[in-house]
Amino acid sequence: MLHIIAFYLFAALVIASGAMTILSRNPVHSVLWLILAFFNAAGLMVLVGAEFIAMLLVIVYVGAVAVLFLFVVMMLNIDFAELRAGFVKNAPLGVVIALVLVCELVLGLGAYRAGIIELGTPSGEVLLGQTNIAQIGELLYGRYLFLFESAGIILLVAMIGAIVLTHREQRSARGHQNIAKQNARRPEEATELKQPVSGQGVEL
Amino acid sequence: MTATFIEWGMDSGWAMIVSAIIGSLLIALPLMLAVAMIIYVDRKVWASINLRRGPNVVGPFGLLQSFADGLKVMLQETIIPSAANKGIFLIAPVVTFTVALAAWAVIPFDAGVVLADINVGLLYILAISSLSVYGVVMSGWASNSKYPFFSAMRASAQMISYEVSIGFILVCVVLYAGSFNLSAIVEAQKGHGFGIINGYWFNLLLFPIWVMFFISALAETQRVPFDLTEAESELVAGYQTEYSSMSFALFWLGEYANILLMCSLNTLLFWGGWLPPLDIPVLYYVPGIIWFLLKTFFFFFMFSWVMATVPRYRYDQLMRLGWKVFLPLSLFFVVAISGWLMFTRYGVAA
Repeated sequence: MLHIIAFYLFAALVIASGAMTILSRNPVHSVLWLILAFFNAAGLMVLVGAEFIAMLLVIVYVGAVAVLFLFVVMMLNIDFAELRAGFVKNAPLGVVIALVLVCELVLGLGAYRAGIIELGTPSGEVLLGQTNIAQIGELLYGRYLFLFESAGIILLVAMIGAIVLTHREQRSARGHQNIAKQNARRPEEATELKQPVSGQGVEL
Repeated sequence: MTATFIEWGMDSGWAMIVSAIIGSLLIALPLMLAVAMIIYVDRKVWASINLRRGPNVVGPFGLLQSFADGLKVMLQETIIPSAANKGIFLIAPVVTFTVALAAWAVIPFDAGVVLADINVGLLYILAISSLSVYGVVMSGWASNSKYPFFSAMRASAQMISYEVSIGFILVCVVLYAGSFNLSAIVEAQKGHGFGIINGYWFNLLLFPIWVMFFISALAETQRVPFDLTEAESELVAGYQTEYSSMSFALFWLGEYANILLMCSLNTLLFWGGWLPPLDIPVLYYVPGIIWFLLKTFFFFFMFSWVMATVPRYRYDQLMRLGWKVFLPLSLFFVVAISGWLMFTRYGVAA
């Protein structure tokens, strides 16, 4: 009973906040609704017993990705009149996308009516009495080690690519800061104490 | 607690709900009291380090100062700037406060004394602490004013940066304990050093990690020397500038609840939680919760000590420390510790 109430609560909130994400005019509100949607999706994950995935969803999407979204969107200075201006021009494209989505919905509903898809039985032995994390770890680092490592390498390549694309050599343009050198500076080398005789001034 | 309610003739679902509510209140209300008292302690510690007297008028030794402040704040008028985005402006302090309380659900105060003994406890804390940035960011944006906005941008960059190294630091502890469950992590520390010292701090590989964790915790809770989000010389009061009355108080309470959380995490992850410092039978006569509170209180003292003595960092220094010092160091320690454990605990050829 409790499970069902919780499920419908989370599911309804996911759908509602997902809808609000596209409906709200203000992009910052959109991102905040999106965060609520992520959060409730994590709640759904907890309900099916995948608490590890739920926590990762919150840490990665809510904690990192959405913060960056919000960071960028907050800086935008949005002119709402300009947003509405392109409506007539973009309307045909919008109608096409809407049609595609309607077709997918109808097909999906039809397929659902026709009965569930046989996904096959899980081929690995079910490790009862182990925690979520231990099971995922055993699979990722045991059976799917090669795939997992390749995914890691692909990500590494993507990361290096992004760094290469955005990296600019700044050393020549501005003075380069050498932290170690700055920290090693002592008052004795940086300052000099002079005792000028009155009326004579100081040689620098 | 659930079992008692079922005995009283409740449906198991209702019993679970009722016990969850009572459990939450049992944590939240003493926590609020602790926050009120800890603010007083904080002010007293700064005062004594600055050779001042600190709060000493309301109540004996000024003990009731925080309650007087709370009353004052409650009686104030709530002012909402006309240019502010009202909904988000009002939600932001609630988010900060709720998130700060929510993390306490998985903190074990003693063996078995924990609201939710989930096996992803540490990940839950990481997830919740990554949420706490939203209160600051939302308030900064919704205030529609320059200082809060700068503060919000600083806060989001700062918290993302330090979360990365905190994540790696937690991985090190998890590697040693072999579990994400906070109670299990504490139990694993029993007799860690020569079979007599309870705590991971007594370990050449983990002590530097603890130092990094302490500093990152300062940055994560935006305490001095990393309080650039409310640097009063540049940003007035940062994201709280436009807030008044209870909405301001919620920020205040949430901030201190977060600080206490970080202190208790310090205790749980490195200093043996509710276990006595030494694994001697006599010391176990003292209840575990006393040890836990004493250690937490000690770390809180260290937090205020740092606040009273260290000058504020510059923003670029803060970013450099997070990305160029802590991140590589903590990553190195993850590799070093997993290598060491592989060598000593699991065997190389396995």
